[in-house]
Amino acid sequence: MEIPKSFLGYKRENGRVGTRNHVVILPVDDISNACAEAVANNIKGTFAIPHAYGRLQFGADLELFFDTMIGTGKNPNVAACVVIGIEPKWTKRIVDAIATTGKPVEGFSIEGSGDIKTIMKASQKAQEFSQWASEKQREECPLSDLWISVKCGESDTTSGMAANPAVGNLMDKLEPLGVHLCFGETSELTGAEKVCATRGATPEASKKFMKTWSDYNDFILKEATNDLSESQPTAGNIAGGLTTIEEKAFGNFQKIGSRKFIDVLTPAEEPKKGPGLYFMDTSSAAGECLTLQAAAGFNIHLFPTGQGNIIGNAIEPVVKLTGNPSTAVNMREHIDLDVSKILKREMNMDQAGDELIKTTVRAASGRLTCAEVLGHKEFIMTKLFRSA
Amino acid sequence: MAQTDIIIHDEKDNVGVVVIEKITPNQKCNCWIMENDGSVTIDSKNEIPLGHKIAMIDFKEGDTILKYGHDIGKVVKPIKKGEHVHVHNVKTKKW
Repeated sequence: MEIPKSFLGYKRENGRVGTRNHVVILPVDDISNACAEAVANNIKGTFAIPHAYGRLQFGADLELFFDTMIGTGKNPNVAACVVIGIEPKWTKRIVDAIATTGKPVEGFSIEGSGDIKTIMKASQKAQEFSQWASEKQREECPLSDLWISVKCGESDTTSGMAANPAVGNLMDKLEPLGVHLCFGETSELTGAEKVCATRGATPEASKKFMKTWSDYNDFILKEATNDLSESQPTAGNIAGGLTTIEEKAFGNFQKIGSRKFIDVLTPAEEPKKGPGLYFMDTSSAAGECLTLQAAAGFNIHLFPTGQGNIIGNAIEPVVKLTGNPSTAVNMREHIDLDVSKILKREMNMDQAGDELIKTTVRAASGRLTCAEVLGHKEFIMTKLFRSA
Repeated sequence: MAQTDIIIHDEKDNVGVVVIEKITPNQKCNCWIMENDGSVTIDSKNEIPLGHKIAMIDFKEGDTILKYGHDIGKVVKPIKKGEHVHVHNVKTKKW
């Protein structure tokens, strides 16, 4: 198959390209969710991204919170953004950082004026943004404007045989075209960590990966109160035939094909070394991992599943594929691409990779993914430690 | 081409994965080795569902399971060639 050379995207003020044209109402903290949701309810063409945190966080945990919120607003899939917080200071910090992209953004704080007046003022601004964004048109963009993140979930042995290597095949074909790529799931590489480290493009990248993995593993072992084989692999993984974390890790690792990673990113960190594959230090929980990858600026996500994880994301379209023939039938409304024919040897990996590229380009150009149509808008903050 | 019942990732692997709905005891199964496009057959001893593993050799306690050509855990109960390999007879070396 000839790989499509372009997709239809939204060109943003800072040169990045969006695969979506969202107008987002972003609450800074838990107690501003009600106000943000009221604004989104008033103004069509917008939606709120409620979440549970943003109060009394400190240190590295607070900085990750800001990186996540700011990165979400800066993501090119967001056309414009209204930020609502209880206090003006943290609200302004987020607004000012999002504004560096050149996109329309405005902040409102509730303290001193209350929900109702804030809802009115923020709704007027949201209306202006919604109508402005609705006139934006998709334009032809090279595939190098795709920033593709990957993460697998509810994996089983078919993930390692079919869906994950199909993603790897896509990476092998798209990386030479200048696409940004990102994988994560630090804890789920346990057992394959030494092999993964050999995939660093430079000795520094390999060293940085091993340090990141060791730190996460030390943390897990310190906090563990029992044998972790109860939660890694998960009950779903075990039902699907995965026996150990090592088996899961080697299956997981198939997602990067034969690529090498050029850098290791901290959670939500924007890649700065140009096109290529990046590893990001993330939890293996799907909601947390995807939220961090979207906050780093990735504009489309590929999610291979075995037993049928149903995750979506607030701002990043999630393309789901499976190699499990039962999941492809029983959970068909969640599956954008069925590659289970690989198991019957009626499809080879090259064909599966091509099909996935086609599906990805269609979704990037505007075809709604299953997760979007079903209303999945997960946005899950990674919390490093307790709030003060 | 005969139906493939079991896929083996790497020629070094000592387990295969069932890729049909299930295999039944005493079934002669066709195995396809992905790495080198080779074929072998094996007689199953248990019923094994889709996605679960079958032992391609006899194992004793302490042996290492190889899949993708890599160490994926240790045998904790003896396993005979053709038997189901899973959490009841294999454990991680990590946690």
